[in-house]
Amino acid sequence: MTNLDAGGDLRLVGLTKRFGAFTAVDNLDLTIPQGSFFALLGASGCGKTTTLRMVSGLEDPTAGRIYLGDADVTDTKPYKRPVNTVFQNYALFPHLDIFENVAFGLRRRGVKDVKKAVEDILALVELGHLAKRKPTQLSGGQQQRVAVARALINQPQVLLLDEPLGALDLKLRRQMQIELKRIQTEVGLTFVHVTHDQEEAMTMADTIAVMNAGGIEQMGSPEELYENPATTFVANFLGQSNLVAGSISGKDGDTVTVEAHGSRIALPAARSRVESGAAIIGVRPEKVHLVHGGQDAPAGHNVFTGGVVTDASFIGVSTQYLVKMPWGEELAVFEQNAGQEIFRPGSEVSLHWDPSQTFGLDGSQDIEAGAEIDDEAAA
Amino acid sequence: MTAATEQLAPSAPAVEENRAKRNLLPYFLLAPGVLWLVIFFLIPIITAVSASVQTGSLDEGFSLTWRWANYSDMFSTYNAEIVHSMIYSVACTVLCLALGYPLAYFIAFRGGRWKNLLMALVIAPAFTSFLIRTIAWETILSDHGWVTRVLVDTKATNVMVDLGLITNNHQLLNTPFSVVFGMVYNFLPFTVLPLYTSLEKIDPRLHEAGADLYGSGYKTWRYVTWPLSLPGVIAGTLLTFIPAVGDYINAYMLGSPNTQVIGQVIENEALRDQFGYPTASAMGVVLTAGTLLVVMLYVRKAGTEDLL
Amino acid sequence: MSKALDWIKRHMLLAVTALILLFLVAPNLVMLLFSFNQPPNKYNYIWNKFSTNAWQHPCASSDMCSSIKLSVVIAVIATIGATVLGTMVAFAMMRHRFKARSALNVLLFLPMAAPEVTMGMTLVTFFYNTIGSGSLGFWTIVIAHIMFSLSYVVVTVKARLAGMDPTLEKAAADLYATPLQTFRRVTLPLVMPGILAAALLSFALSIDDYIITVLTAGNEVTFPMYVYASFQHSVPAQIDVIGSVMLLVTLAGIVFAQVPQIIRTRRA
Repeated sequence: MTNLDAGGDLRLVGLTKRFGAFTAVDNLDLTIPQGSFFALLGASGCGKTTTLRMVSGLEDPTAGRIYLGDADVTDTKPYKRPVNTVFQNYALFPHLDIFENVAFGLRRRGVKDVKKAVEDILALVELGHLAKRKPTQLSGGQQQRVAVARALINQPQVLLLDEPLGALDLKLRRQMQIELKRIQTEVGLTFVHVTHDQEEAMTMADTIAVMNAGGIEQMGSPEELYENPATTFVANFLGQSNLVAGSISGKDGDTVTVEAHGSRIALPAARSRVESGAAIIGVRPEKVHLVHGGQDAPAGHNVFTGGVVTDASFIGVSTQYLVKMPWGEELAVFEQNAGQEIFRPGSEVSLHWDPSQTFGLDGSQDIEAGAEIDDEAAA
Repeated sequence: MTAATEQLAPSAPAVEENRAKRNLLPYFLLAPGVLWLVIFFLIPIITAVSASVQTGSLDEGFSLTWRWANYSDMFSTYNAEIVHSMIYSVACTVLCLALGYPLAYFIAFRGGRWKNLLMALVIAPAFTSFLIRTIAWETILSDHGWVTRVLVDTKATNVMVDLGLITNNHQLLNTPFSVVFGMVYNFLPFTVLPLYTSLEKIDPRLHEAGADLYGSGYKTWRYVTWPLSLPGVIAGTLLTFIPAVGDYINAYMLGSPNTQVIGQVIENEALRDQFGYPTASAMGVVLTAGTLLVVMLYVRKAGTEDLL
Repeated sequence: MSKALDWIKRHMLLAVTALILLFLVAPNLVMLLFSFNQPPNKYNYIWNKFSTNAWQHPCASSDMCSSIKLSVVIAVIATIGATVLGTMVAFAMMRHRFKARSALNVLLFLPMAAPEVTMGMTLVTFFYNTIGSGSLGFWTIVIAHIMFSLSYVVVTVKARLAGMDPTLEKAAADLYATPLQTFRRVTLPLVMPGILAAALLSFALSIDDYIITVLTAGNEVTFPMYVYASFQHSVPAQIDVIGSVMLLVTLAGIVFAQVPQIIRTRRA
């Protein structure tokens, strides 16, 4: 009954989930290529976990279809889908030992001789010596690896991971991120990883989809999303951005000029999402440099003058500045500590950066979108 | 890719249908149990209302004569018993709370790994025949037993006579005191169990926070522990008071003809009196109405989820 | 000064607790002791002299022993009935959505809170009006016992289900277990301790019930009825023997229930 041999991409078409009046997932269209490590990134409540549950079959869509390769699995029961999940709280069966936990899926599918498969997978996650223990006797990290083994052993077409690293401490989390990436590369299965931790997503995934309010804001490689965000949400959610409102004053070949608070900002036309009207220009703090108020910036750079340093935090690797601009906005500047002088709070400064690092967004968007502090991410 | 998007089938209706089919299972699971209670608990109570206004006898049968006088007769004839029931059960409930709270508190917070064993000690006696245990009190409180002798020697019995607890100063049995004593004994586990459940759920770190904020142990209890234990207190009170009102085993075994309670009256009228059914039903209806009233008041305040 | 007060407070609580526990246990100890007594007269209230006579001849009164047999049979049947029905209800409440949940909560709570005398009284009236007074007997007792045990079973099993991680069943489905397999391999093993506890509770409630039983018993005589009825004119030591046996069986049950737990903690 289980269609485990047909490979193929995971395709979500018009996927929608409504709970009464609340729309958790809104007409989602998504294709996840076979064999990729895909991350669904977003804050809590954005619909990423609901999407995952619909793919696994544990939640029924209100509308839309789910395809595994050519097979439409939307109406297939979860125990008949070649999809396995690694749950956030691991959900290991407390009354079975590790061996039986891992063998569970194989046994339910009628496989008689499970010994070799279980031993191999336990070796893969380096837990062979704990096969006879019960889950409560294992540490968090070990339980997590058992959960991964239990899912992987069934060689599903898609492995779903629901914030599996959330309960681990920082060091262990880093370790597991590398582990999971390694396993995915070795095994070659499609991994779909749901998380709110952007660093985690960027470290592990080939492709990230940033979700917000039931829909996808932007999808692409970590570099694409970070260096050239498509919306203010993505710009604020992934790392930090300086976003300044302005309006497009001209387009000359492949350069677009934006008028913002008296300064002329240039950016490549390819990196601007709008051609005319209101625009929001953005630049990442690490691309920006400071010079003293009176001094000149390098030729060709975009410049904002009249800033006053309000905060300078020495982080070790870098110094992080907050600079208050004449129009009231506070911009962030991260200077790497390569030996240059440190600006004290109160100093008058100008900001400058290479125009090619600028990105331009639709001016009608909310400049604060995605910028709230995520309680979970901060922990 | 484009071919796939063209395949968008109208899926909404199909999915809604699926959901409707799945919802019948809970009703099949609930039906036998719920029916059992409706037929053998609810309906009897309703038929009792009808029976309470009937007249007749066991020989001739009963007929619905709408004799509402059954109710007023009941209050006048059995006034003493009703008063006894109320006084004894209130006393019992208050004492059970006074004794049960420290006990539950101790086990919940100082019990450590002996928690389960201690709770077993509280509950285990309740698993042996409570008639026999009540009989055992006859032995312990008997006139020649050392409990009575100690109380007589210390003149404590004189005080108890003055308070109306016992009738003469050398006998503890067959008095209101022994009846309430027996009731407290039998109902204490009913109070302790919900109390313990409620107290056990309290995070001990809240006590630390309380100690930090209030300093004194009493204040911590008064403002932190007590409010959090309130659901348990109320549940325990309900589960003690209501059954206590109808209890009569203690009154029968440890009391005297002067300590009769309505439970005994109901049993008498129902089993031994030819004409007694309507009266017994009337009393049953009043008791039930009282119970329902108290429960509904509680539900109004605290909702139904904590009941079970 | 507050340190001294703390010491008193701490140990006062301990002292009060110890006294209350003694209070709870005293009758059981007396019962155990007096089962070895040779009563001076028809009432086993005063210590006379040590004798194992009651233990050697527990069924000196054949009426008493037949009443015990009846009580046990009724308890077994009622336990099976209440446990099955109650477990089904508990599952419905904890794992499914349905309407009228509040009403159900109240319906289940009332038998636990209502005075037994009311439940028995109204039930008998119901039987009178439906199956007639001549039909009171074994089955009416069983029906009544299932009725009042049901709620306790629901509470016990519900508590156990509440403590169970609901994700486990989802994980089983994710791992190719059909709903039946999930129930058999995951849910049932994890709920079983609660079901057994509920069965035990139901048995205890049934075997010790007097008030509802006496009203619905017709001509049958259960053990509590025997004790109550004979109380006025005699209390033989055999009564204490039976009580002691019940106590020891209960204690043994509790010990056995704890043993696997103790072994597990020792091994780990």
